[in-house]
Amino acid sequence: MSEIREDELHAYVDGRLPDERRVEVEAWLAVHPEDEARVRAWQAQNRSLHEAFDAVLNEPLPLELVRAANPGRRHARPAWRVAATVAALSFTGLIGYGIGVSTQPANMQYAALPRDAALAHVVFSPEQRHPVEVEARHADHLVSWLSKRLGHELHAPDFRAQGFELLGGRLLAGQGGPVAQFMYQDPQARRVTLYVRRDGAGQAETGFRHAREDGVEVFYWVDRDLGYALSGVIDKAEMGRLADAAYHQIGQ
Amino acid sequence: MNRQNELIQHIPRLRRYARALAGDAARADDLVQDTLERALVKLDLWRPGSDLRAWLFTLMHNLFINQLRANGQVHCELDEAADVPVSGGQVEALAVRDIHAALGRLSTEQREVILLVGLEQFSYADAARVLGLPLGTVMSRLSRARERLREIMEGQTVVKLQVVK
Repeated sequence: MSEIREDELHAYVDGRLPDERRVEVEAWLAVHPEDEARVRAWQAQNRSLHEAFDAVLNEPLPLELVRAANPGRRHARPAWRVAATVAALSFTGLIGYGIGVSTQPANMQYAALPRDAALAHVVFSPEQRHPVEVEARHADHLVSWLSKRLGHELHAPDFRAQGFELLGGRLLAGQGGPVAQFMYQDPQARRVTLYVRRDGAGQAETGFRHAREDGVEVFYWVDRDLGYALSGVIDKAEMGRLADAAYHQIGQ
Repeated sequence: MNRQNELIQHIPRLRRYARALAGDAARADDLVQDTLERALVKLDLWRPGSDLRAWLFTLMHNLFINQLRANGQVHCELDEAADVPVSGGQVEALAVRDIHAALGRLSTEQREVILLVGLEQFSYADAARVLGLPLGTVMSRLSRARERLREIMEGQTVVKLQVVK
């Protein structure tokens, strides 16, 4: 067995040694207790760091940060620019699916619904390790927890007939308060998310609207004080069928 | 998936690193926000296909160091350097509080390397790229940082045992 170098001890701790060399390091540690103690302590440090900070990955994401990374809003923005953005978003909604389209100007929160939902979809749907905060096996707890946080009874729609299983959900921080996000996945690992927040600004109930935000298809609507947006990078017609199923289940 | 969307996907990890680095949630999110704003301005300089995450962490490292310099808090290459204060006040498990406090007692240089490797799981080469250092310097700094953290943590364990008695 060749001498083990210091940097190899670190590589061992960080899981960066080839299998063969790892076995040699283990043999070395068995007969070098001082090195062994150091290595155990370093491993414990790595574990403590994860215990202390991994929770940040699941925290509600401040939308200021999402906006900071968002094109078209990159500079300090005078009020007229915000107004222009809202107008543009309303227009996107109006040229969309077209059911129940209202000619009255949508309120700001509603106008931002598809964009915020699409951003939340983009942030969390690619996550492999932490796609959801609460897993679907705790579905009852998830729904009651999110209902409590939103102050409104929620239902997670069932998309099994459409081939999508509930993965779970998470709580996000929106401009107007907490937001619930439910995530679903099909056997091809395609994911859709349902974004739900209170839309208490007197918005009348609406039918579907459709928007395409940076390649994400979003169907959104308001029902009984809640704004819903279903997002996915999936064919628009298929998304429409899922949204239809959600709309009918929630409307029950 | 456009470039801005790719940026957004990195926000949770940038926040985790910033939280551990800055030790204070509000200050950490300010650092993330500055990083994202800088990234947007410079996004045209980023070479598609190269590692966006390492690039973002490099931007954050540079911003953080510049802020410390502006506040006169930076200490160069002095790995046994003075303690950097860490904010407290959060109710956390004891072990977690220990690591928070212990990180705060490392020099910025040591804290960065230990977080990039131990928490963010960057390869040594990528950590060297983020920090703008030769690989050998990163390895020796990592080694000193881990031993220093061990001293601090073991010191705390002793104190705790005395308290228990």
